[in-house]
Amino acid sequence: MTVQQSLRLSHADARRIDPPAGLEQAFATQARRPADHKASRGLSLTIRGLRKSFGANEVLRGVDLHIPAGQSVAIVGQSGCGKSTLLRLIAGLEKPTAGSISFSEDTRPEDIRVMFQEPRLLPWADVLSNVEVGLGRDRTSPDAKARAETALQEVGLADKRGVWPSTLSGGQKQRVALARALVSHPRVLALDEPLGALDALTRISMQQLLGRVWRDQTFTSILVTHDVAEAVALADRVLVIEGGRIAHDIHVDIARPRQRGSADLAALEGSILRLLLGSGDGPDDAVTDL
Amino acid sequence: MSIVEILPRVRRIKLPRIDGLTQWIVPLVILVGWQAACVAGLVPARVMPAPTDVAAAGWKLLVSGELLQNIWVSFWRASVGFLIGGSIGFAFGLANGLSELSNKLTDTTLQMVRNVPHLALIPLVILWFGIDESAKLFLVALGVFFPIYLNTLHGIRTVDPQLIEMGRIYGMSNGELFRRVIFPGALPSIFVGVRFALGIMWLTLIVAETIAASSGLGYMAMQAREFMQIDVVVLSILIYALLGKVADSASRLLERLTLSWHPAFQKH
Repeated sequence: MTVQQSLRLSHADARRIDPPAGLEQAFATQARRPADHKASRGLSLTIRGLRKSFGANEVLRGVDLHIPAGQSVAIVGQSGCGKSTLLRLIAGLEKPTAGSISFSEDTRPEDIRVMFQEPRLLPWADVLSNVEVGLGRDRTSPDAKARAETALQEVGLADKRGVWPSTLSGGQKQRVALARALVSHPRVLALDEPLGALDALTRISMQQLLGRVWRDQTFTSILVTHDVAEAVALADRVLVIEGGRIAHDIHVDIARPRQRGSADLAALEGSILRLLLGSGDGPDDAVTDL
Repeated sequence: MSIVEILPRVRRIKLPRIDGLTQWIVPLVILVGWQAACVAGLVPARVMPAPTDVAAAGWKLLVSGELLQNIWVSFWRASVGFLIGGSIGFAFGLANGLSELSNKLTDTTLQMVRNVPHLALIPLVILWFGIDESAKLFLVALGVFFPIYLNTLHGIRTVDPQLIEMGRIYGMSNGELFRRVIFPGALPSIFVGVRFALGIMWLTLIVAETIAASSGLGYMAMQAREFMQIDVVVLSILIYALLGKVADSASRLLERLTLSWHPAFQKH
């Protein structure tokens, strides 16, 4: 499904929104860069007819999606749209009510890792032991410690290996959580608003870190975020979820490394924001004006 | 060397020592005031013997071996009763915290028993066990059971569910989940239970020994009352206070050793 198609489909009932100019630009240069993903050790995944209800409340109403190996996907949407549920289903934390999620290869639990908004570190274990938790069944192997130390180095916290998590700042805790998620060299990393609780400056440096590890380790990355700037800065592709369905599927064709605050990023961010806000009740021409 | 150079060092050395002593200032002031009041004749010796008289009585009992014998007997009863009641309470707390079935089966019954003041069972216990050792152990065990049961249960129930989910995602087995997430998470609450239980332990033991015993600190105090030895009565009371303090310090030490990760126990 092309983006234009999906736009038309999802907005049959909301004609007042014109496809924003920034999007058209992005679509025009939609050519993917297959070479980027060839060497990827990530898994591709295919979702068909995915539905999820909690009691009478249907959160996801039929999601079809293919994510190629090694792609970096961001999922945005208003709160309650089902984006976190979609992520939890992909990560295997919830069972679908209907439909299927299949990966390109058989997966071990260590292949798919999740990072949450809260660091979820064990407060009674030092930083290194917390990272070792991420090894899953390999925790007891003789090289566990060395692998944990390497992962800590990757996030730049090698000197904090022996301290209690309570002595770390919010950003440092989240970096330990990232090291824990990466230590088993996952092939899919699911990120559920991992930077949502951080201050603006820490968030920017964490985004750079996330971008770097994704490039280095070439896993498939699925990021749920409410920060559209974060989505366009990090992702190859932005999915906008509305009412439990994928309403827009936008390829971000902006060369990396991306310059934060550059005109093309800002234009794309603005058009996605207009899509998001326009789907609410507010008058769409007022949404991005201050 | 100038005073400016010396000062910081002096402060660094002296502060911890003063800290350790601060807690003893109030007991010491009371002791001195008490002695002064007795020496000045403000308090008749029949009502309250001077601290020096109490110390003399203590020395006499110490030399005769009676004092240590009684302290040992009481200490033994307290610790054995505590271990029995504490381990049963801990076991029930674990079982009911981890298993919904076990909780449904036993919690209501335990809550009913809890609301009976355990000291009200003394007449029954005397009928059952006489003034045997088992009577005292039974009462102490019953007394310490509930605070440890309730706080263990509460501790396990309130372990952060997000951490448990994290443990499962990272492939922890049930045993590992308990050892690495649930038990350490419940530990601060368990310690609250232990400290409550220590207080109840002494209370129960002393009451039981005062009513039905032929040895121990409570018995020593009752004996002394018969012979109007008010110095020995006061001595017993002071020893209770000291033993209580020792038990509390021991549990605090244990807390500091096992909860060093906890922000409340970190040295600044």
